[in-house]
Amino acid sequence: MKIAVCIKRVPDSEARVKVAGDGTSLDAAGVKFILNPYDEFAVEEALQRKEAAGTGEVTVIAVGPAASQETIRTALAMGADRGVLLQADAVPADGLAVARALAAELRDGGYDLILCGKMAIDDQSYQVGPMLAELLDLPCVTAVTKLELAAGTGTAEREVEGGVEVVEFPLPAVVTADKGLNEPRYPALKGIMAAKKKPLEVKPLAAGAAGVAVLGMTLPPERQEGKIVGEGAAAVPELVRLLREEAKVL
Amino acid sequence: MSHVLAVVEQRDGALRKVSHEVVTGARRLADALGGEVHALVVASGPVTGADQLGRFGADRVVTVTGDGFARYAPEGMAAVVAERATAGGHGAVVCAATATGKDLAPRVAAKLGVPLASDVTDVAVEGGAVVVTRPVYAGKANLRLKVTATPAVVSLRPNVFTPLERPKAATAEAVATSTPAGRVTVREIKAAPAGTLDVAEAPIVVSGGRGLKEPANFKLLEDLAAAFGGQAAVGASRAVVDAGWRGHGEQVGQTGKTVSPTLYVAVGISGAIQHLAGMRTSKVIVAINKDKDAPIFKAADYGIVGDLFEVVPKLTEEIRKARG
Amino acid sequence: MAPRFQGIDFYDADSLLSEEERAVRDTVRDWVEDELMPVIAEHYLAGKFPKELVPRMAELGFFGANLPEEYGCAGLNNVAYGLIMQELERGDSGVRSFASVQGALVMYPIYAFGSEDQKKTYLPRLASGELIGCFGLTEPDYGSNPGGMITVAKETKDGWVLNGAKMWITNGSTAQVAIVWAKTGAIDDVASIRGFIVPTDAKGFTAKDQKGKLSLRASDTSELVLEDVRVPKDALLPNSGGLKSPLMCLTQARYGIAWGAIGAAMACFDEAVSYAKNRVMFGKPIGGFQIQQVRLAEMLTEITKAQLLCVQLGRLKDNGTMTPQQVSLAKRNNVDMATECAREARRLLGANGILAEYQAMRHLANLESVYTYEGTHDVHSLILGQEITGLNAFGA
Repeated sequence: MKIAVCIKRVPDSEARVKVAGDGTSLDAAGVKFILNPYDEFAVEEALQRKEAAGTGEVTVIAVGPAASQETIRTALAMGADRGVLLQADAVPADGLAVARALAAELRDGGYDLILCGKMAIDDQSYQVGPMLAELLDLPCVTAVTKLELAAGTGTAEREVEGGVEVVEFPLPAVVTADKGLNEPRYPALKGIMAAKKKPLEVKPLAAGAAGVAVLGMTLPPERQEGKIVGEGAAAVPELVRLLREEAKVL
Repeated sequence: MSHVLAVVEQRDGALRKVSHEVVTGARRLADALGGEVHALVVASGPVTGADQLGRFGADRVVTVTGDGFARYAPEGMAAVVAERATAGGHGAVVCAATATGKDLAPRVAAKLGVPLASDVTDVAVEGGAVVVTRPVYAGKANLRLKVTATPAVVSLRPNVFTPLERPKAATAEAVATSTPAGRVTVREIKAAPAGTLDVAEAPIVVSGGRGLKEPANFKLLEDLAAAFGGQAAVGASRAVVDAGWRGHGEQVGQTGKTVSPTLYVAVGISGAIQHLAGMRTSKVIVAINKDKDAPIFKAADYGIVGDLFEVVPKLTEEIRKARG
Repeated sequence: MAPRFQGIDFYDADSLLSEEERAVRDTVRDWVEDELMPVIAEHYLAGKFPKELVPRMAELGFFGANLPEEYGCAGLNNVAYGLIMQELERGDSGVRSFASVQGALVMYPIYAFGSEDQKKTYLPRLASGELIGCFGLTEPDYGSNPGGMITVAKETKDGWVLNGAKMWITNGSTAQVAIVWAKTGAIDDVASIRGFIVPTDAKGFTAKDQKGKLSLRASDTSELVLEDVRVPKDALLPNSGGLKSPLMCLTQARYGIAWGAIGAAMACFDEAVSYAKNRVMFGKPIGGFQIQQVRLAEMLTEITKAQLLCVQLGRLKDNGTMTPQQVSLAKRNNVDMATECAREARRLLGANGILAEYQAMRHLANLESVYTYEGTHDVHSLILGQEITGLNAFGA
C-alpha cells in the first residue's frame, strides 16, 4: 500500500503565546515545537494500514521551515519510510497555497491513501486536507474517528452535531484524522536511530500568490476578574439572582 | 455592490438552527458590501424552516434539490455551491463552521480557486475587501486576516453570530439540479440519544470533571441540564472522557470541542489550560469547585466554593424555581 | 489535571544535545507521563513493582539501550542512555532501578564478559523483556566490601556448584536469570571472583522478597539463597575475573544513576514550583515568601549544575576516556543534591507533602536507597579521596 501523510510542525499546546515584533506572527523564542497531534493520528493510521497490508511505503510530507526536518524525522522514527520537506521560512497563511504545493508533489505518486490531521493546532484552519483532495480530484472524508478499508472502498465514521455520520467512499482517497482514530505509538528508541538513515528530500516551496494577507495578531482582552459568590449550597440563591439580574442569562 | 451567498444547513428536510447565524453573519457582510443576502440550501425536497430565513435578513432563499441530497453529500453540494457562487458573481460565500461546514467550505473554496477564512468570530469590510477575525493557538490569540481574492469564502464559528432579526421580504426560489451527489455518500447518521443537544450548539453547557468522583454522579449534571428546559447540554473534561466516563462527543477542550455558549457551568473541573481553551469565549462562566485555589475560578465570572454534591442539587432546585 | 512535565533547563542544556538525544529523552518523558505517573503512587503504597509496564518499556527499547543493535538493542550513545535513566527516575527511582539492573548489571556483564554464544542467547531476550535478570554481588555481610564475599563456586566434572547468599537484589524474585558473582578459589582469594549466568529455576536456588521496606517500595528487592546450585560449564562468563569485573558493571550502573538522580530532583522541583505558585497563605501565593524562594533557588542551582556535569560525563564516556572516579564524583554529588531537593520540596509542600498524591516524599524515601546503593555516598568520597591524594583511607 502506498500511503502519503501530510504533517506539520506546530508549537506545543502548552506554549505561551506572545506576538512577535512584526505584529502578525508568533514569537518563537522559547517555544517548543512538536508534530501536530492530529497528524500523529494520521501517521499512526498510515503505519497500521501498511502493517496490515504486509507491504507498502509510507511517505510523510511537510511544508515549513528547515526545522521541520526534525518533525519529519519524528514521523520517520515512528516508522514512516521516507520524508519530503517543501521548505519555506514561513508556512503560507493561505491554506490553498499549501494545498497546491502538496498537490503538485503528491499528484504523480500513485498513492492509495493520503492522510492528514483534521486541523493544525496553531492556525486551526481545518482546510488543507479537503482542498488537497479537491485539487487531486480525489474523494475525501474529514475528521474521521473510525476507518475501515476493503478492496477499493472505505467506510468512515465522523462526529457531527447530534450524532455520528457513517460515510462510504471509493479509494484512492484523502482522509483527515480526528482524535480517537487510533493510539499513536511513541517513537521507539531504535526507530529514532533508524530515522537518521531514512531518505529525507528537501525542496524549496514554490508558493503561488497569496489570496489572504495577515493584518495582525493580537492577544484577546483579559477577562474581567470574576467573583466568588460564596461558599456551599447557601450561596446558590445569590448566584441565581446574579445570573438573572446582572449577567442576564436566565 | 456585491451579493453574499449564505450557505445554510439542512438535515433530512429540516433546516438546522445554526442557519440563522449564517444568515446573520451574511447580512452583516452584505450591508458592508452594499449587496443582498442570497440564502442557499441544498436538499432532496422542500426544507421546513427555510421560509424563516427572511427574518434574519435573507433577500432571497434558493432551495436547490437533487437526488441524494437529503443528507450531506460533500462532492455534489460543493459543486452546487461553487456553481451558484460563480453564476451569481457573489462577492462572498458564508457558511457555518459546523462539522459539515468544515468539510464543505474548503472544497468550495478550492473549486473556486480562492482561499478560505475559516471558523471566524467577526467579519467586516475594509477598503472593499472582506476582513475577518479568527482565533488561533486554541484561542490564545486572534488573527485579523484580509481576504484579497474574490469571492471571499468564510465559515463562521457557531454560537458567536447571535441571530439578529433583520426582516426582509425574502423571495423563494426552487431549482432542480442534476448535479450528481458524488462519490462520498453518507450512508446513515447514528443519532445520539434522543433529546440530547450537542455541546457545540447548546446555549447552555453544564460540564463535569474528575471532581464528580464516579461516572454515575454525572446524573447530577444531567438533572441540572434538564432544569434549564431543553436548552442545556452536558459537557465533560478530557480527564473523564479519557477515563471512559463520558463520550468523546461531550469533551470540551483543546482536543475536544470548542464551545461558546451563553452560559457555561464548570462543575468539579480544575481549569487546566487545555480545558479553558475549549470554553473561554463563553459569555458567562460559572465555576463550582471545592478547591478555592482551582485555576477555573480565575477564568470564571461567578464562582461557588463548596462541595458540588451539595451545591449542584441546590442549584438545580433554584433554576427550576426561577424558570417557574 | 496537572500540566505535562516539560523538564527543567535553566542553562539551555538542550542545546548541548543532538536531535536524536532529545528525541530519545522525549519518548521516555512522554511514556513516563502517560503510563507510569498515573499508577506509580498506588504501586508505591502497595509495595508492588509495576511489572505490567515491562513489555512496553522493552518494546520501546529502554533496556540495554547503549548496547549494540546486533544484539537487539537500540545502539544509542551514552548521553542518550543517561537521558533514559533521567526520565525514568523522574517517574520513580524503583522503576529506574529495574532498568539499571536489566541493562547495566545483567546485559552489560554478558556483553562485556560473555561468550558470543551467551551474548546471542541472552541479550536479545533481555532486551525484549522476555527474560528479566538480576545481579547478585552484595551479601548480607558484604556490602561496601564486596571483595569479602563468601559465595563460592566449585568446579565439577561437568560444571560448577554454587553455594552462598546474596541480599538487596533488585528484581531477584521476578528474574529468570541471575548474574551471580562467586569465588572459585580460596575464601580470601579476591582474584578468583568470576561471574556466572544462573537460571533462577535451578534446583537449590531460592529468591525471597525482603519485606518491610520504607524506600524503593515500587521495586522488588530480594534475598537469594544458593544451596548446591549446579550449573553447566557454559554458565561461566569466560572473560570475567577478579573484583574488577563486577566493579565495571557497577561503574555502568552508577553512570546511569548520576543521570537518574537529576530526574528525581527535577520532579520534586517542578512540583514544588507549581505548588508554590498556587498555594495561597496570608493572602498571597507562598512562592512570594522569601524562605520558599531561597529553597527554590537552591534546587534550581543544584539541578543545573548536575545537568551540565552529566552531559560532559556522557561525552567522556562516549569518547572512551571516562574513569570510574569521574563517575563516583557525579553519582555522589547528584544523588546527594537530589536527596536535598526532595527534602526541601517536601517541606515546601507543607502538610500536603506527606501524602502519596504528591511526589516529593516518595522521591525522598527512594533517594535514601539510591544514596546507599551502588557505592554509598561515603565510599565514593573515599574513592575520590584516594584519587586525589593517592592514599588509601578505606580501612584495613
